[in-house]
Amino acid sequence: MSLTDGDMATIWLTLRLATTVTILLLIFATPVAWWLATTKSWFKGPMSAIVALPLVLPPTVLGFYLLLAMGPNGAIGQFTQALGLGTLPFTFWGLVVASMVYSLPFVVQPIQNSIEAIGNRPLEAAATLGAGPIDRFFTVVLPLAKPGFMTATILGFAHTVGEFGIVLMIGGSIPGETRVVSVQIYDHVEALEYAQAHALSGVMIVFSFVVLLMLYTFQRKRKAVGMTYGR
Amino acid sequence: MKFKKWLGLIVLFLFTLCAESKSVHVAVAANFSNTMKSLVKEFEKTSDYQIALSFGSSGKFYAQIKQGAPYELFFSADQAKPDALEKDGLVIANSRFTYAIGRLALWSARPDFVNKIETKLKQGAFNKLALANPKLAPYGAAALEVLTSLALIDTTQSNWVMGENIAQTYQFVSSGNADLGFIALSQLLGKNTLQQGSYWLVPNIMHHPIKQDVVLLRSAKKNQGAKAFLDFMQTNRAQHIIAEYGYLASNSLNVEHEL
Repeated sequence: MSLTDGDMATIWLTLRLATTVTILLLIFATPVAWWLATTKSWFKGPMSAIVALPLVLPPTVLGFYLLLAMGPNGAIGQFTQALGLGTLPFTFWGLVVASMVYSLPFVVQPIQNSIEAIGNRPLEAAATLGAGPIDRFFTVVLPLAKPGFMTATILGFAHTVGEFGIVLMIGGSIPGETRVVSVQIYDHVEALEYAQAHALSGVMIVFSFVVLLMLYTFQRKRKAVGMTYGR
Repeated sequence: MKFKKWLGLIVLFLFTLCAESKSVHVAVAANFSNTMKSLVKEFEKTSDYQIALSFGSSGKFYAQIKQGAPYELFFSADQAKPDALEKDGLVIANSRFTYAIGRLALWSARPDFVNKIETKLKQGAFNKLALANPKLAPYGAAALEVLTSLALIDTTQSNWVMGENIAQTYQFVSSGNADLGFIALSQLLGKNTLQQGSYWLVPNIMHHPIKQDVVLLRSAKKNQGAKAFLDFMQTNRAQHIIAEYGYLASNSLNVEHEL
């Protein structure tokens, strides 16, 4: 088991990517989850389906469409170019956007489940005590839905680390920018460097096991509703 | 009565077994996929054998074959992997030969790059340069040699984007994400390919020849179809199709033809 400098660089890049994606997703997914948990709109069904699409679609499909959409002729590409940001494929931020799409359901759904589990009564009680909507969110919803947020954080992070198909499609394997651990393992296997592939894969297996162990130990302690995700 | 019911199923089952034995499983390097489809079409005109094609990168196929993947033929993108399989004892002796020699092309899908590809490369007037990962793909290694001989490594390196194989490199250029890309000429030629933009055919002397070898795998010992297809590959008819897709002559048959 020996990791080269190149391998270490991919590990750091992967951790940086997963952290960035998780933080951004928590900010972005919370309002979505809140809306899905509380709305009575007819659009709830279609919206839930859109959020869940990445669960079903093969990453190659997502990757291919993101490559086209974020390219110079695609809608997202034209938008980012108009902003003077250039195009996103082959950049770290391109991977961030793609990973956010890919990991979206893993963050939205646990949060949504735990908000739904709170129900209306605590919120109504808070309202009668004079708490406004924002106050209610931070003093009632956030503490009560904390297990859901924990699950969302762990799953979002772990799922981004395990991402491969999309990164391969839009990454371009640039060291320090888009070459993450999963791509590096793939490259090692393709280049017949099986010993190095083993070493890095071993790290991934240990990491994944520890993350899932954390998740399930945490769930057992909490026995919280809406935490059965992934069982 | 009951037996009759089962009989139908049994006959059906035997039938599927027969159909199975007639098919040949072939692993093909991504750069050869267009050409191979044409070859199979031609082969199946005169043969009862069914050819089942799988396309991918040679490195992946090597790993799979080592682990017992049920392919009878392996068309690699290089000579190294067939060579390694031979050393592993997974190949039928003396079955290996060079079926094609690849040509490298620098392609751009941009209409304003027509006839200026070589200049644009040398001037560095492009956003990204796509190439197959030189560590993995022979076309990538050849691209690296070309950049070395043009003394462009240092100036262009920061603009490289690497596909894990030549098919993905093609995608980077065709989707407009990279202005330029080193790909296989065979990906641009052939009857069914829609042409976009233009290419610069890289002179042969700028890189080592991209010799692509095929081997008959040990699992094909009793498979007549695999042998028939391999024989077909050496006919003038097959060599003509291969040349049509932009590969260089490889075997003696074709050398005579060329002379």
